[in-house]
Amino acid sequence: MPVPGAGMSAHGITRADLQAVNLPRRRVVNRVMQLLCTLAALIAVGLLVIIVYSVAKRGFAALNLDLLTKDPANSFSFGAPVKEGLANAFVGSLVLVGLATAMTLPVGILIAIYLIEFAPPTIRSGVSVVLDVLNGVPAIVIGIFVYGLIVIGSGQSGWAGAFALACLMLPILTRSTMEVLRLVPGSLREASLGLGIPRWRTTLSIVLPQALGGIVTGTVLAIARVAGETAPLLFTSSLVGTKTSWNPFHALQSVPVAIFELSEQPDPASHARAWAAALVLLLFILFTSLTARYFASRSRRKLTAGR
Amino acid sequence: MSTTIETAVKVETRRQPLPPRERLERIFQIESLDALYAGKAAVKGVTLEVYKNLVTAIIGPSGCGKSTFIRCLNRMNDLVPGFSMSGTIRYHGQDITGHNVDPVAVRRHIGMVFQRPNPFPKSIYDNVAWGMKVLGMKESLDDRVERALTQAALWDEVKDRLKTSALSLSGGQQQRLCIARAIAVEPDVVLMDEPASALDPIATSAIEQLMNDLKREYTFVIVTHNMQQAARVADMTAFFSISRGDEGHRFGQLVEYDATQKIFTAPSDRRTEDYVTGRFG
Repeated sequence: MPVPGAGMSAHGITRADLQAVNLPRRRVVNRVMQLLCTLAALIAVGLLVIIVYSVAKRGFAALNLDLLTKDPANSFSFGAPVKEGLANAFVGSLVLVGLATAMTLPVGILIAIYLIEFAPPTIRSGVSVVLDVLNGVPAIVIGIFVYGLIVIGSGQSGWAGAFALACLMLPILTRSTMEVLRLVPGSLREASLGLGIPRWRTTLSIVLPQALGGIVTGTVLAIARVAGETAPLLFTSSLVGTKTSWNPFHALQSVPVAIFELSEQPDPASHARAWAAALVLLLFILFTSLTARYFASRSRRKLTAGR
Repeated sequence: MSTTIETAVKVETRRQPLPPRERLERIFQIESLDALYAGKAAVKGVTLEVYKNLVTAIIGPSGCGKSTFIRCLNRMNDLVPGFSMSGTIRYHGQDITGHNVDPVAVRRHIGMVFQRPNPFPKSIYDNVAWGMKVLGMKESLDDRVERALTQAALWDEVKDRLKTSALSLSGGQQQRLCIARAIAVEPDVVLMDEPASALDPIATSAIEQLMNDLKREYTFVIVTHNMQQAARVADMTAFFSISRGDEGHRFGQLVEYDATQKIFTAPSDRRTEDYVTGRFG
């Protein structure tokens, strides 16, 4: 029980009450914990730096214009060193990822619009869980699934490979589109509906334009993600010749599969080319991710402007 | 406080005594309306009539279902999952509560202005013009935009920058833009859900002034928690209050509905008197 007297305030608080307990020890603990957290963050950054550095160091030597523009000389005849470029792989990846994006984009956006704008909450959460599970299905399982579904009947093709990639893209794209649609303020929908404008028109003219930047971001991130996928293509689009082909009715070479195959070769020149292809792939993914971030920050600024 | 309101009421109502109710044209006839969220009543048993070319104010404490009620009138609650209503709302004699009624068509005639200004992220011009374009009112668009902005007392402030973003306007200007947007599509009724609660007094008085000017052309129903505002703008006032059900859950109820002057100077219900004199709420 404090006795009223000198040095005490009206609330009965003495100076001792305000004095920190055990200050030196707390300062040390604080420092140590801060250091550990910083270290953990540095590990993440360090990992990326090491990966980029080691790929760049090994791949830079073999990186030249021929790699991008010329076909491999005579690829997988046993023992024969593979020469020249990997144009067939770059073109193949372009076609595969392009087709996969074309398949996924309309479906993913329609799913997201349905779930956010129209579906009752129970269906929304149910389908969201399904999408999350689909997102977690290993890529190799998707590859085997498409193998059983398409390849067994009609053989390997660019279509089969693109479809496998599309299965991987769909949940990523849909979930990210759902997130941006959710960010569009409900008050804007009400404003439009309150004018007597139908829901489909409100979605098309008010909600979607607001979400466009975010949808682009999600698409680019999904592209970056599947451009580096090997497993789904091994079963579906890997038995290829050495000629560049744009025709998705035949199996198409792709960068990740080419890297995989080249790294299996006994020839150091092939390894060098695998590193160079890896470098190109890495640079592509870094570039697309940065582009996506740029669009994301821009659209977020637009969505939050004025409120 | 009560004396200021009474003064305001007297000043306002001296100008225009209301004709007897029988002679007024009825826009809405609402009968024993219940509004429920997930089966729980938010508003119970509301019966009242809204008259043409008058401003009808809905007042009452927070949580008494004022907003829920006004959003029933243009089927805006349809968007809320789990919402349902029973009873009838006759709009020009037609019941608009049924499932065979198109809420989009209802909202086409019954416009709405919301609590927080919600302009589209478009230019000032497009905010007003877009609705008209979509609804097929394409002739002399520029004139219509100017007319709507003039009616909303905003034209002089924005006529030189119609192409700039609506989000660059102040809160009060944005709300007047929302009113211009609502009246541009020529509705019959304009519902206002606490339109001035996010605004400063000057912007508030601008909006009250324009309601007064526009009621010759439109019918207004306004929800407000500001009693002076109701006293200043409304011809008719409905007082809602919170009641307790048998299981102790709270719902809103219409206590008294009468001419504004009567509500504020000689209410017939004790609860209304307590509320308007500031003893409660």
